[in-house]
Amino acid sequence: MSTVRVLVGTRKGAFILTSDGKREDWTVNGPLFAGWEMYHLKGSPAEPNRIYASQSSGWFGQTMQRSDDGGASWTPVGNKFTYEGVPGTHQWYDGTAHPWEFKRVWHLEPSLTDPETVYAGVEDAALFKSTDGGATWQELAGLRGHGTGPRWQPGAGGMCLHTIILDPSDAGRMYIAISAAGAFRTDDGGVSWKPINKGLVSNFMPEPTAEVGHCVHHVAMHRARPGVLFMQKHWDVMRSDNAGESWQEVSGNLPTDFGFVIDVHAHEPETLYVVPIKSDSEHFPPEGKLRVYRSRTGGNEWEALTKGLPQKDCYVNVLRDAMAVDSLEECGVYFGTTGGQVYASADAGDHWKPIVRDLPAVLSVEVQTLE
Amino acid sequence: MGQSVSVRVILPYHLRTLARVDGEVALEVGEPVTVRRVLDALEGGYPMLCGTIREYGTGQRRAFLRFFACEEDWSHEAVDAELPRAVAEGREPLLILGAIAGG
Repeated sequence: MSTVRVLVGTRKGAFILTSDGKREDWTVNGPLFAGWEMYHLKGSPAEPNRIYASQSSGWFGQTMQRSDDGGASWTPVGNKFTYEGVPGTHQWYDGTAHPWEFKRVWHLEPSLTDPETVYAGVEDAALFKSTDGGATWQELAGLRGHGTGPRWQPGAGGMCLHTIILDPSDAGRMYIAISAAGAFRTDDGGVSWKPINKGLVSNFMPEPTAEVGHCVHHVAMHRARPGVLFMQKHWDVMRSDNAGESWQEVSGNLPTDFGFVIDVHAHEPETLYVVPIKSDSEHFPPEGKLRVYRSRTGGNEWEALTKGLPQKDCYVNVLRDAMAVDSLEECGVYFGTTGGQVYASADAGDHWKPIVRDLPAVLSVEVQTLE
Repeated sequence: MGQSVSVRVILPYHLRTLARVDGEVALEVGEPVTVRRVLDALEGGYPMLCGTIREYGTGQRRAFLRFFACEEDWSHEAVDAELPRAVAEGREPLLILGAIAGG
């Protein structure tokens, strides 16, 4: 029978939640790296027991960990992230030029085919790659260097590269997203990049349809249709049917189109999930009701999923990397909150149960479906 | 570099867990014993600590860490200044402390 392993990064450590394919009874292992901020953990699709983890601290900076046995044991790996050449400047909050400074790793994306290869999205925004299991890291400097970098500006959470999507049908194609710069695509394995933000409208910017400057919160893709992308922007839920060349808004009947997470059903490429958040001033669900919204039409038409979720007095947030799906026949959906709950649905969102209720604030949730 | 001596270092809790050490760390350090040489020896023996006490590249002490020896704050002394004899002779440790900061 299949096993599901949920990798949870929190403000004060990591947790590994495991269950069989029924997803009813869960074992909670943790905290791992107790007291450290665990921004993200992710397993290699090519070797699922290889897991990479980003471990950081305001005191001690960035460290990295790797497990080769499914999280039972861990080894510190390389933590030297050095920008290529002269780092240059980006825009600061007040519009002045500010030098690029490495702060932390937000997201790790292991290669689809090679367990030794992994990408790291960092703050201040840049993309790094390791081909030796995390021992050493090299910047893919074409991203910062393609021309628009000096115009990038941090979002409220920092200038982070938080989304990395690898195209399973084209080894050279990759998408990334940065707050608050926008989305970018490479078609040559990270050598050259271009902004893919046409159709995005950000009214907080002097030029709302500018080439860069959009506060993209997260992007998702279905493996079977790598040219179709879904985006939760600061405001607006968007989709692209042409690999990011242009975007259309699909917020439709959502109660608010602000939010952080977005994900796609494992077997239904037009079934999407978001968690609407009231606004950028009030980072909690509208009306104190925690609701996942599902669209079975690729956007525009959304239904609230509420069964098992708190429908009063709930004022948590769901951060950008804190939703994931498993690939079991009945797709499981998982998300974590800043209140420390990790909710799971074993029926594509119809019913929810908390796996755990009282973890530290959840920063990230990833799921591995193991045979 | 002169003769090596055994220097004791006390790490903050989170770095002890990262380096998987209990209690003090004993390091062989060439005289004269300085903060730089102690950190070089520490990072040589425990490479996972690289970048956690001083920054890559600049070598700057991380902002929320402090160095103490013989009840004196050495955080702002030159890293090549000779530490007290009591540290070089192993009678006193070099203490690396995390600042009490945050909520």
